Amino acid sequence: MSILRLRGLSKSFGGLVAVDEVSFEVSRGGIVGLIGPNGAGKTTVFNLITGNYKPDEGEVIFENKNITGLLPHKIVEMGIARTFQNIRLFPEMSALENVLSGCHCRMRSGLLASMFHLPGQRREEQAALETAVKELAFVGLEEQYDNLAKNLSYGRQRLLEIARALASGPRLLILDEPAGGMNDQETQDLIGLIREIRGTGISVLLIEHDMNLVMKICDYLIVLEYGAVIATGLPSEIKKNGRVIEAYLGADNLLEN
Amino acid sequence: MIVRRLPKPAGIMGLGALFILMLALPRILGPYWTNLLNDMGIYAILGLSLNIILGHCGLFHMGHAAFYAVGAYVTAILSTRFAVPILWTLPLSGLMSGVFALVVARPIIHLRGDYLLVVTIGIVEIVRIALVNNIFGLTGGSNGLLIINPISIFGFQVFSPAHFYYLIWSIGAVTILLFYLLQNSRFGRALNYIKQDELAAEGCGVNTSHYKLASFVLGAVWAGMIGTIFAAKIETVSPQSFSYSESVLLFAIVILGGAGSIPGVLLGAFLITGLPEIFRELQSYRLLFFGAAMVAMMIFRPQGLIPPGRRFYKVRPYLGRFPCGIAARSGARRGISLSASPGYPAGTDAGADAGKPARGPGDMIEEQA
Repeated sequence: MSILRLRGLSKSFGGLVAVDEVSFEVSRGGIVGLIGPNGAGKTTVFNLITGNYKPDEGEVIFENKNITGLLPHKIVEMGIARTFQNIRLFPEMSALENVLSGCHCRMRSGLLASMFHLPGQRREEQAALETAVKELAFVGLEEQYDNLAKNLSYGRQRLLEIARALASGPRLLILDEPAGGMNDQETQDLIGLIREIRGTGISVLLIEHDMNLVMKICDYLIVLEYGAVIATGLPSEIKKNGRVIEAYLGADNLLEN
Repeated sequence: MIVRRLPKPAGIMGLGALFILMLALPRILGPYWTNLLNDMGIYAILGLSLNIILGHCGLFHMGHAAFYAVGAYVTAILSTRFAVPILWTLPLSGLMSGVFALVVARPIIHLRGDYLLVVTIGIVEIVRIALVNNIFGLTGGSNGLLIINPISIFGFQVFSPAHFYYLIWSIGAVTILLFYLLQNSRFGRALNYIKQDELAAEGCGVNTSHYKLASFVLGAVWAGMIGTIFAAKIETVSPQSFSYSESVLLFAIVILGGAGSIPGVLLGAFLITGLPEIFRELQSYRLLFFGAAMVAMMIFRPQGLIPPGRRFYKVRPYLGRFPCGIAARSGARRGISLSASPGYPAGTDAGADAGKPARGPGDMIEEQA
């Protein structure tokens, strides 16, 4: 039973084929890792799923609905939330307001309700605040709610992005290098956090270069090279896959650690 | 840096004193200065409407005079040709201006930064030239239109500067209140998300093109309605009132005062319309001072004289009620291991604002030893 299915997804920029006929599935409740060397097209695949790019060919099927070519905010509304490889928070706004941006698509009050603070708008605002504090607490940043996003440490900014994504109430969470720039302890905490997220019924698709993290939490891996899928399988299988070791790691002892 | 509100009684008393002062001003100052306050009020409200687009949403819009012109001309045409009472045209001016904004902004809304700026300058020039050329035979060409009948509210005729003062500043007060409420809402936040990072906003579920367009239309509706008041006050509506330099003046009010800040825009309107009058003798040097002030501002205080304050949220009832997805695990580990760098106890970054360095691993080890 899969929550997300990619079928023959292709994208080229000028003469460069960034993503070449990529097909894979993410099972409901799974943690799937998308790995590959730098420039393999991993982030492009993410941008195709989340609507930042439109594929030249192929389809993205989410919960049996074709979401190919929808605008990013529509895709968030349908239940896919993401984080960015190079953190993209709203730097001059507080941690709380950053998370409230995730709540935005679950709120309904329009211009007039906002201008007159009608009773429905006030109730909705309170509910959004509650959700935002809940997600902040979940990633361990409750105490930081009033700090500006730009003043948080790098690791915490990554956590804040996750909280913001969770606030949109997704069923699939897409993480682009969530451990990038984190120290060992922070990465350990992140592993726990991603497991907790899965525990709440959210499927996770992630790009990560930290093999330790990938091998620990992913129950399925997809390996990209030059925009094409070269291997898929359980982490234990990927570890032993000769093609992957050759293409991605170069040396065969790196995965042992 | 929690924004603290004034304690309630002091706040109410302050507002009361301000209200009484505002009521008394026309009597104290006399008609000449009252008239200046009226101009200031019109610019303040126009600045506030541009502030939605430029200050909150971060769209470089330098053609606001075009929307203002549509409002003023709708009033002038309806009043001179069809003898419609002026106040009745107020909502219609807003509506027409809003529709105009929707039509012209829709195709250009995806333009970024200075590209948008150039196109909006084009819009204000096209509107001015269309008015000069007596478009549809309605606008009276470069002479404009002369409004004969004054504003009448339930039979009371508004004509003296003091009358206009009360009318304009009542509208100003309503505008300030509504825009204040708006900026503290889902709508206001959405505009700020777009200003800070449009791609991230879209990726978080904000329909960015919708909100950008909505900010344009809202700003235009307000500018159109003020156009009505302006037309009634000035009595002759002509193209030179809506030139490109008028748009630049409004742009400067918002940027100088503080983009996204209501008090900032009010101060900006005061400085830009008030100071040249107060220092009348120096008028020939006016543009020199103006230019120098703008250059100095951009170098020393690019965020404006009064940058926007932080929003205030009542989060207290929700704090400490929800579980942490990390605490359970890292807490247990912290108990047994000293060697790893510590997990982050909640709150250690709180001082980062004040320039205190975040706690490093060393601090924790010292404490435990």
